Amino acid sequence: MIGMTHFLILSAILFAIAVMGIFLNRKNIIVVLMSIELMLLAVNFNFITFSSFLHNIAGQIFVFFTLTVAAAESAIGLAILIILFRNLRSINVQDMDKLQG
Amino acid sequence: MVGTSLYLTIILAPLIASVIVGIFGVKLGKKPSHTLTILGVLISTVCSYIVLYQVQLEHITYNGPLYTWLTVGSQTFSVGILIDTLTSIMLVVVTSVSLMVHIYTIGYMAEEDGYERFFSYISLFTFMMIILVMSNNFMQLFFGWEGVGLVSYLLIGFYYKRESAIFANLKAFLINRIGDLGFLLGIGLVFAYCGSLNYVDVFAKVSSLTQVMLPCTDWNIITVMCILLFIGAMGKSAQFPLHVWLPDSMEGPTPISALIHAATMVTAGIFMVARLSPMFNLSETALSVIIYAGGINCFFLGILGIIQTDIKRVVAYSTLSQLGYMAVALGCGSYSVAIFHLMTHAFFKGLLFLAAGSVILAMHHEQDMRKMGGLAKYMPITYITMLLGSLALAGIPPFAGFFSKDMIITSAVVAYQHGLPGGAFAVFTVYASVFVTALYSFRLIFMTFHGKERFRDIHDDHSHHGHDEHHGGHTNPKESPFVVTLPLILMAIPSVIIGWLGLKLFVGGAILDGSVFNISWITQRFAEETITPINMIIDSFKEPPVYLALAGIIVAFVFHKVDGLSQKFVNIIKPVYNLLDKKYYMDDLYIKLFAPFGRGIGKFLWTIGDMVIIDGLIVNGSAKVVEWYSRVFRKLQSGYVNSYATFMVLGVIILLTFCTSLIFS
Repeated sequence: MIGMTHFLILSAILFAIAVMGIFLNRKNIIVVLMSIELMLLAVNFNFITFSSFLHNIAGQIFVFFTLTVAAAESAIGLAILIILFRNLRSINVQDMDKLQG
Repeated sequence: MVGTSLYLTIILAPLIASVIVGIFGVKLGKKPSHTLTILGVLISTVCSYIVLYQVQLEHITYNGPLYTWLTVGSQTFSVGILIDTLTSIMLVVVTSVSLMVHIYTIGYMAEEDGYERFFSYISLFTFMMIILVMSNNFMQLFFGWEGVGLVSYLLIGFYYKRESAIFANLKAFLINRIGDLGFLLGIGLVFAYCGSLNYVDVFAKVSSLTQVMLPCTDWNIITVMCILLFIGAMGKSAQFPLHVWLPDSMEGPTPISALIHAATMVTAGIFMVARLSPMFNLSETALSVIIYAGGINCFFLGILGIIQTDIKRVVAYSTLSQLGYMAVALGCGSYSVAIFHLMTHAFFKGLLFLAAGSVILAMHHEQDMRKMGGLAKYMPITYITMLLGSLALAGIPPFAGFFSKDMIITSAVVAYQHGLPGGAFAVFTVYASVFVTALYSFRLIFMTFHGKERFRDIHDDHSHHGHDEHHGGHTNPKESPFVVTLPLILMAIPSVIIGWLGLKLFVGGAILDGSVFNISWITQRFAEETITPINMIIDSFKEPPVYLALAGIIVAFVFHKVDGLSQKFVNIIKPVYNLLDKKYYMDDLYIKLFAPFGRGIGKFLWTIGDMVIIDGLIVNGSAKVVEWYSRVFRKLQSGYVNSYATFMVLGVIILLTFCTSLIFS
């Protein structure tokens, strides 16, 4: 029998993969954006799980908001990425150490 | 003018003159500079005589604070004025001699660089000395004490391009530091035990301390205080073993040798002990210490004057010897006699120095007596005044020195009869020194003013070195200008008569009543017999001192007349002569033993304490720790967004773990 626990574990695994994607990624900044998307999806998964098991529709409505925000965020993220590429001629994460003091 | 405004005028007139001349002197030029400073000192002098009149005849005394300098808890430290019999005497002595020296300086320093600077310094000195004698508390005494020390330092090094002058002023400064340390410790003890620094409060309190011991020892607290204070006097008044700076201080110009290193500053220690007589009376041990220091000065350092060839050094050693006399008088508890001798000495020793300066001026700054001789006929005024000064110094009746010195001898005998420890030593040294004093002072007179005119050979030598006609010297030595001879004459007068005038007043008289308290046995003795000048002169011919003095003069004359006798005598007593020539190896002891020792400590503290611990460990060390720390932590600031994210997530995880553990526990 598949219970709420399984869904939550799946969501946690997805989230962990996304975090690892940010941690371990040394190459491509697009992977970072993808990882962020994945994180948001993992969170959405949580929302839906609780909504379904607790019979509360608010969770599913909230997912729509999240998806909208995620879409907007990736749009902005990609826009930044394009400007970054124009300036640095690279989207390599290793090259982006301008924050260093 | 009455009251404090009069006293303030005495204090401030020389200070204002000194400051103006010190700052604007070079712009003002020579004449305005000396006019201004002399005016300042003249005002002080006149006011001092008014004060003397008021104190002695109208019995107006004053003791009060002027200005509160510092309040700590319940303690107030004030700048105050004490006008009493002792102060009035000292004021007159200080300002009179200072005025004479100011006038004299116009002639003596006429061709020197730093003319205005010199006037500024001596006026500043006068101010400091007035502060010293007028103070009503230890704090202000110490201020004046250090102030005169400072000016003395500046003036010994007046010819600052001369190596020996720099050495001498550093030496004077360092030796005085040792004394001042003792003095400061003494003042600290007084404050700790008496709870006040005002003389009046201290004297009121100190008699209740006779049974108190210094913690952890069995030393009487008053003895310790007195000895520490006397160590201060040792430094300033050049008492053995801190005397070594005084002969070297002759590097300074002659007027200041007269003013500072003979007449006034060096007597500050004597003045201080007399001022604190109620304290010193309570400790016979301290009095004995003073007797021994004074006795050694009086006789053993006096002897050194006999073998000196520098005219100023002879007078310097005689100053040491006379300071020894004063100290012996203090040690015998006969403070008023010490002040009496201080006063007569100020005049005749100031005179001797000024006369020596006049000779030096005529000899074109040649100070070696072996290159003088026969000057009497060229410089009659200098000769006569110096002769009077020497007679006074040697203690020939009826000149001033005779009375004061004879009273010191009487005091020493009384102290001996009373069984004061060191009394026998005091008696021996004061008798022996009479002979020594007469010997060296007349050796100086004979070598300088009589005999062959040795300066002619020297001048011929000099002319080969391209001196101009003025210095080259086929011309005879000239008497010094009026501004130089006037002070000589004016100082010769008190050197002759002040003994007559002072005797009755100082000995058992009222002139120092209420400020200086002789110890009981001295008071008793002076009360027993009425001493008049005439009696004293008549009596003196029944006593050895006069004959000793005459013997000294005769010995000096014989050695002067018989050629080569002194050389033969020196050969006979070669080891003794060497010992004297090396000044008992005191300088070597200090320079070769104490100075390297002090420098060693200094170097150790510098290399270990300063360079390693403070600079290396504390200052640079803390900077290094910060640097190391930040080098590690700047690694965290990689600039990579993902590593920041990593830390963020790690942080969140740690925070969550912490929160959940709080919730579930």
